[in-house]
Amino acid sequence: MSKNLSINGKSYTIDVQDDMPLLWAIRDIVGLTGTKFGCGVSQCGACSVLIDGTLTKSCSMPVSYAFGKEIFTIEGSSPNLEFLREAWNEGNVPQCGYCQSGQLIAATSLLDATENPTDKDIDAAMSSNICRCGTYTRIKKAIHKAVALKNESI
Amino acid sequence: MSKIQQINRRDFVKLFGLATGGIILGCNISSDSKDFIPQIEGTFAPNLFVQIQKDGNIILMASRSEMGQGIRTSLASAIADELEADWKFITVQQATGNAKYGNQNTDGSRSVRTLLAPMRKMGATAKAMLITAASKKWKVSEADCFAENHFVINKNTSEKIFFGDLVEEAAKLTIPDDATIQLKKVEDFKYIGKTLKSVDLKAFTHGTATYGIDVRIPNMKFAAIARCPVTFGSVKSFNANAAEKTPGVEKVFQLDRLVPPTGSFFGALGGVAVIANNTWAAFQGKESLEIEWNYGENHSFDSEKFKQTLTNRIKEKGKLVPGSTGKVDDAFEEAAKTVEAIYHVPFLVHAPMEVPNATAWFQKNKIEVWAPVQDPQTARAELAHFFEIPLENITVNVTFLGGGFGRKSKSDFVVEAVALSKKIKAPVQVVWTREDDIQHSFYHATSAQYLKGSLDTNGQVTGWLQRVAFPSIVSSFKPLSEYASGFELNQGFTNNPYNISNFSLENAKAEANLRIGWMRSVVHIHSGFGNNSFVDELAFAAKKDAVQFHLDLIGADRVIEGRSEFPYDSKRMKAVLKNTAKVSNWGKTIPENHGLGVAIHYSFYSYVATIVEVSVINEKVKVENVWTTIDCGLALNKDNIKNQLEGAAIFGMSLALYGKISVKEGAVEQHNYYDYEMTRMKDAPKIHVDIIEAMHERPTGVGEPGVPVMAPAICNAIFNATGKRIRSLPLVDFGLV
Ligand code: FES
Ligand code: FES
Repeated sequence: MSKNLSINGKSYTIDVQDDMPLLWAIRDIVGLTGTKFGCGVSQCGACSVLIDGTLTKSCSMPVSYAFGKEIFTIEGSSPNLEFLREAWNEGNVPQCGYCQSGQLIAATSLLDATENPTDKDIDAAMSSNICRCGTYTRIKKAIHKAVALKNESI
Repeated sequence: MSKIQQINRRDFVKLFGLATGGIILGCNISSDSKDFIPQIEGTFAPNLFVQIQKDGNIILMASRSEMGQGIRTSLASAIADELEADWKFITVQQATGNAKYGNQNTDGSRSVRTLLAPMRKMGATAKAMLITAASKKWKVSEADCFAENHFVINKNTSEKIFFGDLVEEAAKLTIPDDATIQLKKVEDFKYIGKTLKSVDLKAFTHGTATYGIDVRIPNMKFAAIARCPVTFGSVKSFNANAAEKTPGVEKVFQLDRLVPPTGSFFGALGGVAVIANNTWAAFQGKESLEIEWNYGENHSFDSEKFKQTLTNRIKEKGKLVPGSTGKVDDAFEEAAKTVEAIYHVPFLVHAPMEVPNATAWFQKNKIEVWAPVQDPQTARAELAHFFEIPLENITVNVTFLGGGFGRKSKSDFVVEAVALSKKIKAPVQVVWTREDDIQHSFYHATSAQYLKGSLDTNGQVTGWLQRVAFPSIVSSFKPLSEYASGFELNQGFTNNPYNISNFSLENAKAEANLRIGWMRSVVHIHSGFGNNSFVDELAFAAKKDAVQFHLDLIGADRVIEGRSEFPYDSKRMKAVLKNTAKVSNWGKTIPENHGLGVAIHYSFYSYVATIVEVSVINEKVKVENVWTTIDCGLALNKDNIKNQLEGAAIFGMSLALYGKISVKEGAVEQHNYYDYEMTRMKDAPKIHVDIIEAMHERPTGVGEPGVPVMAPAICNAIFNATGKRIRSLPLVDFGLV
């Protein structure tokens, strides 16, 4: 039966099994591939999205949970995500880039909730996201930088 | 030196897939087939291309795969610099797998090492032609013109012409003789040796970079394969009833193993394939298969027992390796003190964030593939072999790689995708689950080492005996290869950076019961761990400062020419160590429960010294600080090199703390990131990277050399903090993390 999935403010009518993980509905059915598969078991954060603003590992959440809710992915845009993108650019953060969709979404969620995160806040918020290339130092720096950019802009 | 040559337009159109006007330059690049990875194609007639368009845009073909090492940016910057191009006009296009591009095998930390000179020359040649074109327009001599920031400028009149406006004229010129091409002086570099941001940043931060797993072809299917838990086991029988009932599943069938011919290729493991209309359905279908396996001869393999077997073997005399010198026995006899130790490294797996995957479309006598491969030419040749399709009818499109680390040089997953597409007569993407990746990889070998050293009364090292055993990579190409090959031992064992007059290296037998492959820094992981741990033990026995002890052991200034074009220079080795000691304040007082450890290593022709500071509180280790200095010759893109070294520190730390693949009854026991763990943000240390100014030296490796120092530096730091010596990785086995 067809259902509506709202992603980044756009509505998609899809026909899927209720128990398909949201990740695969987004990637294979809707066709937005910015959200990544890394482990499938809530361990790596590559599949991070926001559902009604809440950070969620889409590999471990059935698509049915997201019906009627608003999903935010790396293809989207929000003020905090844009500050983070700018900071990511300035810090030349990514290596292979594969984990960075999830990192940016997790960082967006952090900035949405915390105005001036400390190193400890960042550690706590970002430790569910694995970067096999090891860009943690740069991610941490870039999150601080994004906060600075945001504060400058006000 | 490589020779610039004109490219025939048909080749160009075929390779670029577009036909806009402009200058096209190709360039012969000598193959570096002497390198240690088996080469599939014997001779090369390689070409690389740069295209300047009328609108001023410059397209560069990147011949090496991008897997996070920043190669697309690095290669582009070299051309742009010599060309005096404005960076904002540069676009990078990814080359398909084709011998015309020269060796495309992206490993061995060699892309910049082998391609910098030809890339620069290509840029300089294009610049010379633009200058000639401008001089003709102005009817002045070429000497009266120079290029700057995408313009040619008339020295006398200060008139300028935009590069794009010179293209038509320049395209008519013959390519100037190599001998007339002048390269820039180091002092005049604009991009080389500076910092350039990745050309792919925008794609990476918007989720728009296409990795293999993101490839979408109209009407494509998705596939998962259940492979035998035991290496090279086969399907006895299977029941697909439940799988076939899984919504979305379309077909289930057996896929036979494709056995590679001796000496080359990787083949494919085979198993039971599930074809579905989405990835999740394929995974679900695979989960619900009931399969009976013929486990075959690897069923009895047990990695714990194997560790014991290797340990027993290295306690006995092994095969003497050429390069051993002096009389070790006499040195031990006359010693004031001898020290012995045994070290172990377990099997390891790459686990790149993007799992192995490939998309293939097999059509009558034609194959097209889209895949995250480090070595597209081998993949292509392998497909030609297994599917009997002429090479020219096979296209291997190289996508972005979500990490490679050596895993994606093996094209087994590409072979699988093509076999499936052939069978179902439709395009198909095969996706490995993370469990598949952890359990069916080409593993970094396990190793055991025995070391014995002697000290004289002054605490100087007089003798060094090292016995090593590890399954050889060659076993993946030639079954029953049970001893290490020369290229493996030449990774830090036969060519350690020390000057020891009585040196003996022995190799003991080690069978392979898993597929063995190379992983970031390869055998240097073993040699780096054994050498540096043992030097630390010797320094302690000699009651000497570890840094000073290393410096003494490296010895007087000397240059060893060897067979390579990059001689080992002990002065550079000492310089990186001295720098790291200085920036880390080696010798300073550190907090209680903290410890410092040092390690040095020479790999991929680069010199690295690392000092690690750990804290050990309640028996738990935290890596607090890492100071690394690298001398990689000419540093092409400084910030990228820093990023690589930071990443290598984390990669090396992951393997030291957690890395372990264990095998019971022939099957790998780990599954996913919960039992094959990685360093995470909360555990990440502060990393300080220094790059030695060596702009007049040729560039050497960057991607790998930062890895081998990490495990020994951490273990030496733990010893410094606690007096506890870890000789067997990983630390998690000792409850230390
Ligand atoms: S793919 Fe969802 S957490 Fe790893
Ligand atoms: S940038 Fe490669 S996994 Fe994070």
